[in-house]
Amino acid sequence: MKPAPFEYFAPVELQEALDLLERYGDEAKILAGGQSLMPLMNLRLARPGLIIDINRLSSLDTITATPEGGLTIGALTRQRALERSKIVQEQNPILAAAMPLIGHFQIRNRGTIGGSLVHADPAAELPAVSLLLGAEFLLRSKSAVRVVPAAEFFLSYLTTAIRPAELLTEIRLPKWPSGEAWAVQEIARRKGDFALIGVALRAELDAEETIQKAVIVMFGVDSKPLRMERAEAILKGRRISEAFLRELSGVVAEELQPDSDIHASAAYRKEVGGVLVRRALESALANVKETRTH
Amino acid sequence: MIKVTVNGRTYERLVEVRMTLADFLRQELDLTGTHLGCEHGVCGACTILVSGEAVRSCIMLAVQADGAELLTVESLAEGDELHPLQRAFQDQHALQCGFCTPGFLMTACALLRDNPAPTRAEVREAISGNICRCTGYQPIINAILQVSSEPEGKTKGE
Repeated sequence: MKPAPFEYFAPVELQEALDLLERYGDEAKILAGGQSLMPLMNLRLARPGLIIDINRLSSLDTITATPEGGLTIGALTRQRALERSKIVQEQNPILAAAMPLIGHFQIRNRGTIGGSLVHADPAAELPAVSLLLGAEFLLRSKSAVRVVPAAEFFLSYLTTAIRPAELLTEIRLPKWPSGEAWAVQEIARRKGDFALIGVALRAELDAEETIQKAVIVMFGVDSKPLRMERAEAILKGRRISEAFLRELSGVVAEELQPDSDIHASAAYRKEVGGVLVRRALESALANVKETRTH
Repeated sequence: MIKVTVNGRTYERLVEVRMTLADFLRQELDLTGTHLGCEHGVCGACTILVSGEAVRSCIMLAVQADGAELLTVESLAEGDELHPLQRAFQDQHALQCGFCTPGFLMTACALLRDNPAPTRAEVREAISGNICRCTGYQPIINAILQVSSEPEGKTKGE
């Protein structure tokens, strides 16, 4: 028996889950896909006294297109379901492209979108992509509902703005504008390992391929997904040339202030971060060019 | 009390909530074909199919499998007749100590069901969540590709 003993609830109705959270708040841990929590419990790095298993809340396992062209995704939706979803592939190509980067398919078969967001691992793909997409998170407690934008949700290592009595129930993504350039890429020692460093970016281009606006989010480099504001600023109004891409790499490397750990040094992450942003931008522009000529 | 169907047979058992699904299979049902390596979801040795999907049984609780249909490595052979994947592993020398093999076999089952004719690159990616420490991956990849090229091997055991 690996995990330490705990009390266990598996509510079948959302209201029941919220009642339990209201009552047990701090001591309770929510079990969704379990792909991060269960390892921690098996190693007894986490010893929650009480588990609220939300896997039977099937009302949270949904992918819906909104009339405005966005997506509403239930928090319990498996990462594998998002990866296979036709609606996601059609409406939000960057979300679809990010899914295969998450762990291995056996992990994605269990892992949920909500679980990954609330776990907020700084090297995880979904927090970064949700920030890039301007996602909003619906947080429910027994007595209240609030909507928190991704930009205000991620606070630090494994720490978000969610309160003890709240449950993330829904992820709202605004309409993805067609014609925008995008890319999501990461560097990992082996496929499926945690990213040493990763980037998700998008760029609005005019007819002359001048960048009107760019958003760059990096992950695995800070305590939370990181907007690269200096690099974004220099992209504005620019056309891509070899010299400019070199300049961009330098700006990104300078802007990054990563930590060293057993997987990679800070110097490596800075250097590779610069290269990765450059590569991602190049591939984003090449892809958008291809779709424009077709 | 939970009720699960494993390899077509239904079991009802009273389990402690903290028992993992992998321990449940091994200790309660004596299905010791499912192996436990890292016990924190990294090595893939404990991979089984839950409601048709490959998952790591060491990071799922037994109580979470209540009502589910599971397939373990014991579902593959029919008596003395090996499953085509098992035969291919033998043909290609895709195992030495055999510890990781149950996980590789169940992962390969899920792969070939979704993608009956994978490329070598797709096979490599599919098994990237399974760790083998003695045989090496090339023979394992060859074995899976051998089955994918045998027409009768694709659907058996699913």
